[in-house]
Amino acid sequence: MIEGADLIQAAAFLGAGLAMGLGAIGPGVGEGMVGAKACEAIGKNPSEAGLLTRTMLVGQAVSESTGIYSLVIALLLLFVV
Amino acid sequence: MMSIDIEAWVKVAAFLGAGLSMGFGAIGAAIGEGFAAAKANNAISENPTYSGDIIKMMLVGQAIAETAAIFALVIGVLLLFAAGGNVSMITAAGLIGAGLSMGLGAIGSGVGSGFPAGEACAGLARQPALSRSLTTTMLIGSAVSQTPAIFSMVIAFMLMFINFSGGSPHMVAALLGAGLCMGFGAIGSGIGSGFPAGQACVGLARQPAMGSRLTTNMLIGAAVSQTPAIFAMVVSFMLMFVSFAGTPVHPTSAALIGAGLATGLAAIGSGVGSGLAAGAGCEGWARQPMTSGNVLVIMLVGQAVSQTPSIFGLLISFVLIFKGYAATEVFIVSTALLSAGLCTGLGGIGAGVGNGQVAESAVSWVARNVEQEAVLMRTMLVGQAVSQSTAIYAMVVSLALIFLV
Repeated sequence: MIEGADLIQAAAFLGAGLAMGLGAIGPGVGEGMVGAKACEAIGKNPSEAGLLTRTMLVGQAVSESTGIYSLVIALLLLFVV
Repeated sequence: MMSIDIEAWVKVAAFLGAGLSMGFGAIGAAIGEGFAAAKANNAISENPTYSGDIIKMMLVGQAIAETAAIFALVIGVLLLFAAGGNVSMITAAGLIGAGLSMGLGAIGSGVGSGFPAGEACAGLARQPALSRSLTTTMLIGSAVSQTPAIFSMVIAFMLMFINFSGGSPHMVAALLGAGLCMGFGAIGSGIGSGFPAGQACVGLARQPAMGSRLTTNMLIGAAVSQTPAIFAMVVSFMLMFVSFAGTPVHPTSAALIGAGLATGLAAIGSGVGSGLAAGAGCEGWARQPMTSGNVLVIMLVGQAVSQTPSIFGLLISFVLIFKGYAATEVFIVSTALLSAGLCTGLGGIGAGVGNGQVAESAVSWVARNVEQEAVLMRTMLVGQAVSQSTAIYAMVVSLALIFLV
C-alpha cells in the first residue's frame, strides 16, 4: 500500500535526479563552447594566452551557475524538503 | 479489472517492440541520407559536368546509411512474426528491450553514415579525378559508423532469441535495462564516428597525397569514438548474464533499469564529443601534414577526456548492479535508485559534448599553429575540466541517492 507521504518522498528523489541530470546538460555544452573559442583565440593570438584563459574561466563560471542552481535544488529535494 | 493472460502480454510486447524498433530506427537514416542529398545538390551546382558521378556517389552513400534502418526493419519484422516462443513476463520484457535496443541504436549510425556520404559528394565536385579513392574512404568511413547499430542488433537478437524465461523475476527489469542501455549507448558513437569519416573525405579532396594516412587517422579516431558504445554493450551483457537470484526483487529491479540508463545516456555525450575531436584531427592532418604527430597526440588526449562522463556512467551502473540491497517493498527506495541512474546518465550528455567541442577546437588550432601546442593543450585541459564539473555534480547526487537514502 503506497501512502501519500511515500509518494511525496519518491517524487522528491525522482525530482532530484531529473533536476541535476537535465540541468547538467546545458552548462556542459555551454562551457564546452567557451573552451573551444578560447582555444581558437589562443591559436590566433598566443601572446594574450593569459588574458584569454582568464576570460574563459570567468565565462565558464557564469555558465556553470545554472548547473549550481540544479545542484542546490537537487540537494534541497534530497535532504531538506 | 482486466484479466490478461501472459500469452497476450508477450504478443503485446512483441508488437510494441516492433513499433519502437522501426519508429526510432527510421529517424537517423533519414537524416543522414538527407544530409548526403543536400551536399550532393550543392556539389552538382558547383560542378554540373560531373552530375552523373555525384549522383552515383550519393546513392551508394545513402544505401549504406540506409543499412541502420534496414536492421531496424528486420528486427521489427522478426518481432511481429518470429519472436515470443516462450510464454513468460521475462520473454515479454526481452522483446520490448530488443525493440528499444535496435530502434534507438539505429539513430546514431544513420546520422553518422550520412556525413561521409555527403562529404564524398562535395569532394567529388572539387576533385573529379579522385572518384575511386573518395569512394573507398567513404565506404570505410560509413561502414565504421554502422558499428554501433550492429552492436545494437546483436543485443536485440540476444534479447529476442535467448531463452531467459527460467531466470529470476529480476530479469524483467534486467532485460529492459539491457535494451535501453545498448539503444541509448549507440546513439553518440554512431554520430561521433561519422565526424572523422566525413572529415577524412573532405581532407582527401583537399590533400590527395595524405589519402592512406587520413584513413588511418579516421580509423583511430572512430575506434576511440566507439568506446562509449562498447561500455554500453558491456553493461547490457552484464544485465543479461549476471545472476541476480538470491537478491530481493525490490529494489534490485529498479537498480537494474537505473544501471542501464546511467551508462546508456551518458554514452551519448562522450560518443559525440570524441567524434568532434576525431573530425578535427582528420581535418588537421589534411590541412597540415607536417604536424600530424602533434595533432594525433592532442586528438587522443582530447578524446580520452571526453570519455570521462561515460566512465562516470559506467561506475554508477556497476555500483547499482553490484551493491547488495536489503529487501524492501518501499517504493521510495526503488524510485531513488532509478533516479540515480537517470541523473548520472542525463548529466553526462552535456559534459561529453562540451569536452568534445573544446578538444575539436584545440586540435584544429594545433594543426594551424603548432608552436602553441603546449599552451593549447593546457587551455584545452582546463576548459574540459571545467565543463566536466556538472557531470561530477550529477554523479555526486546519484551517489547520495544510492547510499544516503
